[in-house]
Amino acid sequence: MTINELERIASQVRRDIIRMVHGCQSGHPGGSLGATDIVTALYFDQMQIDPANFRMDGNGEDMFFLSNGHISPMFYSILARRGYFPVKELATFRRLGTRLQGHPTTAEGLPGVRIASGSLGQGLSVAVGAAQAKKLNGDQHIVYVLMGDGEQEEGQIWEAAMYAPAKGVDNLIAIIDYNKKQIDGPTDEVLNLGDLRAKYEAFGWYVLEMSGNNMQAVVNTLKFARANTHQGRPQLILAHTEMGFGVDFMMGTHKWHGTAPNDEQAANALSQLTETLGDY
Amino acid sequence: MDFTIQNQKDTRSGFGEGLLEAGRRNPKVVAFCADLTGSLKMGDFAKEFPERFFQTGIAEANMVNMAAGMALSGFVPFTGTFAAFATGRVYDQIRQSVAYSNKNVKIAASHAGVTLGEDGATHQILEDIGMMKMLPNMTVIVPCDFNQTKNATLAAAEYDGPVYLRFGRPKVPNFTPVDEKFVIGKAQMLQEGTDVTIFACGHLVWKAIEALPILKEMGINAELINIHTIKPLDVEAVLKSVKKTRCVVTAEEHQRNGGLGDSIAQVLALNMPCPMEMVAVNDEFGQSGTPDELMKAYHLDTPDIVEAVKKVVARKQ
Repeated sequence: MTINELERIASQVRRDIIRMVHGCQSGHPGGSLGATDIVTALYFDQMQIDPANFRMDGNGEDMFFLSNGHISPMFYSILARRGYFPVKELATFRRLGTRLQGHPTTAEGLPGVRIASGSLGQGLSVAVGAAQAKKLNGDQHIVYVLMGDGEQEEGQIWEAAMYAPAKGVDNLIAIIDYNKKQIDGPTDEVLNLGDLRAKYEAFGWYVLEMSGNNMQAVVNTLKFARANTHQGRPQLILAHTEMGFGVDFMMGTHKWHGTAPNDEQAANALSQLTETLGDY
Repeated sequence: MDFTIQNQKDTRSGFGEGLLEAGRRNPKVVAFCADLTGSLKMGDFAKEFPERFFQTGIAEANMVNMAAGMALSGFVPFTGTFAAFATGRVYDQIRQSVAYSNKNVKIAASHAGVTLGEDGATHQILEDIGMMKMLPNMTVIVPCDFNQTKNATLAAAEYDGPVYLRFGRPKVPNFTPVDEKFVIGKAQMLQEGTDVTIFACGHLVWKAIEALPILKEMGINAELINIHTIKPLDVEAVLKSVKKTRCVVTAEEHQRNGGLGDSIAQVLALNMPCPMEMVAVNDEFGQSGTPDELMKAYHLDTPDIVEAVKKVVARKQ
């Protein structure tokens, strides 16, 4: 897929995010907007998947896990736009009886979701387990996991970070949505993450960095990482992103981490995003 | 039931043998252990199936979630550590990624209760049954001896869904039949009686068996049922027995709050209220000591069951 095509999809995904969060007046738009380009590139360009025939076991295909489950609007929009379930179902986000729960879950049987996430710090471990299962199965496909940067404050992350290189889990690509913001404010102020690159490298990971809102850079980096799998080490991509990317008044602040726009703000946001695939 | 003691064995060794056998029967069975391979008796499995054994180091949270991730692809993972670290330490991981996500993970938990002994209260968990049974989708199994633990392990491996399997450290009388098929959720009638029903689980089953002849001498004809599956509870068996005996004693190596007695009390309160006594730890932590000393000190011994029965039978009259 061309960069231009991917960018057009990302624009539609951002429209979906704004409309979903506005529609139910709850959810997490900031991180969703910031991580859109990365996950769009994964699902529409990089991953070998079969959305029409979703398999919970993920055997014979790539797998993706969203560890920071609160950016579910982005995840749901991309799954729907990729064909896992009807796009019109996005309108049910966070409403009673929906398969699109506030945080992703398998309980309602939504195709594309393999495990619940929301309580932070668990996704990297899940991905390591899934990657090891692929090795046992002789399956050469790759496991991806997206984490938040604030999520790096969870101790369990570092249990998994220690385990994966020690056990040579080299069919795993972990990505940190490095927007440097969390609910209470800048990560530097809440709990300084220090030098994440140096920390992961010290744990034995092969670390890459990319501009996470530049589609060309995202695709290039993901391609490189994919070619670099099965070389003995797990890989980590530090994706430098902007929370709220694509909507000017949502950028440069942590205020839109978990706040829904009102009617006027939503209209303003949508005016900045091109409709490309048709709104749901 | 024949109560002849075949030998004295620890239930954790029953788990170890069961795991090995499950691994031989099903190539999808895998095992994780957080640096307690010897204590959990998982060494034979690790030796025979090195590619299917995952030493996680002392990192229980990572272990539980890796097991959930591996279960996705059709594997049947067992996680092994002490019951204290298998439950309380990783409750959120189990809740979100195993129970809520309904993954086929078997949480094997050894050294449960005060019979862990000298290590003291940090390691003697008495709240684990409660924590685990509160989780939707979770099955909770507490077998009573070596043979039953082995057979329960095999049953857990065949069952599709999250299981909490609780067993212990000390050697205890091994009396259940060697190859008795373990049926999850089916209470085990050990002795029929008419005056009182004793519902017991785990190490307290043998203590209750020891109480039977003493009660008989007192003229009390007790019924004894082994509730090896706390959840799903065999409600039918409970009500059928209590309808006959009209009074109940429960016995377990666990807190009253959240334990077997709690589950039985709920069923009876809703369906068939009757006098009831609970042999259990009553809202306190354990301490260091030998297993036998601790069972006496925390009133989990045979005389305690006898006293509870006398009391409840008197209340009935």
